[in-house]
Amino acid sequence: MGTGTSRGRVKNSAQKSERAPRKGRGERERSSRDRSAGGDNMALLRSMLLQRRFEERTAEAYALGKIGGFCHLYIGQEAVSTGTISMLRPDDYVITTYRDHGQALARGISPRAVMAELFGRIDGCSRGKGGSMHLFDRNLNFLGGHGIVGAHVPLATGVGFAIKYRGGDQVCICFMGESVVNTGAFHEALNMAGLWKLPVVYIIENNRYGMGTALERASAIHDIYERGAAYNIARSQCDGQDVFAMQEAVAEAVGRARKESLPTLLEARTYRFMGHSMSDAASGTYRTKQELEEWQQRDPIVLLRLMMEKNGELTEEALHKLDEELKAEVQDAIDFAEKSPEPPPEALFEHVLVDTTSDAREE
Amino acid sequence: MPTITYRDALSQALREEMQRDDRVFLMGEEVAVYQGAYKVSKGLLQEFGEMRVVDTPITELGFAGVGVGAAMAGLRPVIEFMTWNFGVLALDQVLNSAAKMLYMSGGQYPIPMVFRGPNGAALQLSAQHSQAFESWLAHMPGVKVVTPGTPYDAKGLLKSAIRDDNPVIVLEGEMLYNTKGEVPDEEYLVPIGKADLKREGEHCSIITSGKMALVAMQAADQLAKEDIRVDVVDLRTVRPMDIEAIRTSVEKTNRAVVLEEGWELAGIGAQVVDYVQRDCFDHLDAPVVRVHQADVPMPYAKNLEKLAKPDAAKTIAAVKKVMYLE
Repeated sequence: MGTGTSRGRVKNSAQKSERAPRKGRGERERSSRDRSAGGDNMALLRSMLLQRRFEERTAEAYALGKIGGFCHLYIGQEAVSTGTISMLRPDDYVITTYRDHGQALARGISPRAVMAELFGRIDGCSRGKGGSMHLFDRNLNFLGGHGIVGAHVPLATGVGFAIKYRGGDQVCICFMGESVVNTGAFHEALNMAGLWKLPVVYIIENNRYGMGTALERASAIHDIYERGAAYNIARSQCDGQDVFAMQEAVAEAVGRARKESLPTLLEARTYRFMGHSMSDAASGTYRTKQELEEWQQRDPIVLLRLMMEKNGELTEEALHKLDEELKAEVQDAIDFAEKSPEPPPEALFEHVLVDTTSDAREE
Repeated sequence: MPTITYRDALSQALREEMQRDDRVFLMGEEVAVYQGAYKVSKGLLQEFGEMRVVDTPITELGFAGVGVGAAMAGLRPVIEFMTWNFGVLALDQVLNSAAKMLYMSGGQYPIPMVFRGPNGAALQLSAQHSQAFESWLAHMPGVKVVTPGTPYDAKGLLKSAIRDDNPVIVLEGEMLYNTKGEVPDEEYLVPIGKADLKREGEHCSIITSGKMALVAMQAADQLAKEDIRVDVVDLRTVRPMDIEAIRTSVEKTNRAVVLEEGWELAGIGAQVVDYVQRDCFDHLDAPVVRVHQADVPMPYAKNLEKLAKPDAAKTIAAVKKVMYLE
């Protein structure tokens, strides 16, 4: 969609009813040479399939009562996380919402550490203190999943401010759902990013529904990347089901941030194949089964697989082998989480405050 | 020892800490070109430049969050709210981002930052601009809350706040900025969490903080003329609270009045009374009496405003009540 290539794309009627996304400013064609780098594509497939298998087992563990609280699955949106994060350097920053499992895995937090966190165990990436919605990893500059819609967007602007303050060339990626654009925090944060020219890429994962409210019922404009015009920042829309389209759009935005210290608002059009969280059905009240099934025909993992098979980069056997490996990796994560101890009672009062000052840090 | 204003004391603290650590920056509305709505940041733009003294749009929720993000990426922001009445717009960032980041990240992300600005009523600013937020802000774990009442405490506490690796909320007072007091030339810090016995006496303890310490001192002066001598315990920090200082004073005087600027229900004073009844029950010779703002939005009319605010006369009456003198 709008990326100048239709390779791997499966047509479906749900797409026809929408206006095709426009090309972003200066969006370039991606050469076929880029797309046939077999090793890279295998890594992309691995990353996306890992998220899928992980989330399937997460749903199962949730149903068994192993995971508590709110739990928002990422199934259907894997091309967004993988396509974006594959374009980053290790010293770049990533911040996201409560639907954060996919991005955490794509950034490289181990399935063990993520699953242990979901289980509320000491070996979780937030030591069992955060849970599904608050995955963090300081070593990977993964600045967390955040649970108040819109509130993390100013934080991303602040990270961009810090990068510019120090004269660095890192980039901050800020993932958000499309309902975020209706919050005041979004407006305030993007205004400052545009005003101060900060190296932040704001990526809207437009999965079309904020909980059960369709975009059209929540936003006065429907091509929401156009909101960037209000802040005088570069903006574009891309196909969030096509990992290459994501890479292409993100590469351009990241380049703009890194080289020119300028922000971008990128709208990735995607769809979640599950309910808003584990407590609601995938379809029924606010969207039809038919619509869901139409989007499932554009499953991002299937699209990538078909393209790789067509290019001769992937055989049935290789796919099967990869899938078995990933299933085993997720099983290992579950076994690890089961065995990991609960946080000890004394952990209750840890991490409320630190007892250090800047003097201590300098030493 | 030089005598300077509370405003200049804060300004010195900012300047010294910005000279000391180039990760420290000041951000807020009108802090740079305008030189500060209350001139606390006068001259800082000229000395440190626009990257470190940053004017923002009117966007409290946004720039408070910018501060949290910058702190996560290694800077040490000082976020100024023109008043805490506007800071309420940013409460989500204080409560849900700054105060919780360390905990929900399992200890990975301390937030070394300061939120500061004037708090409480000035004169005839009416309902929306005359509010004391100590109890709102002190309610949440994950932050420290300081309430300096004198220039000495203002400078020493702000410096400690900037060096602290936690979010520290500094509640200043519009009516305090012009007050004067002695501030030494040499560097010093006032420790967070430590009360100061501002007046010693044996008949009653007045436990208070911040701007109300001045009211307590006025009350103490007048009571002294009637030979009633009181302890004035200036908490200076309302989270964490110096319970030991409260206990020591009440065990000596056996009577206590708790004076605060805010409203009654769930106020700071209610918490102090709880500490007193738990720790000093056997030492009390009278029920503790609280002095606070009337339970109404602040009225504009001068006479009504006076009726609404806690003051020295109300404090004196409370002291006499706990001494069974009236």
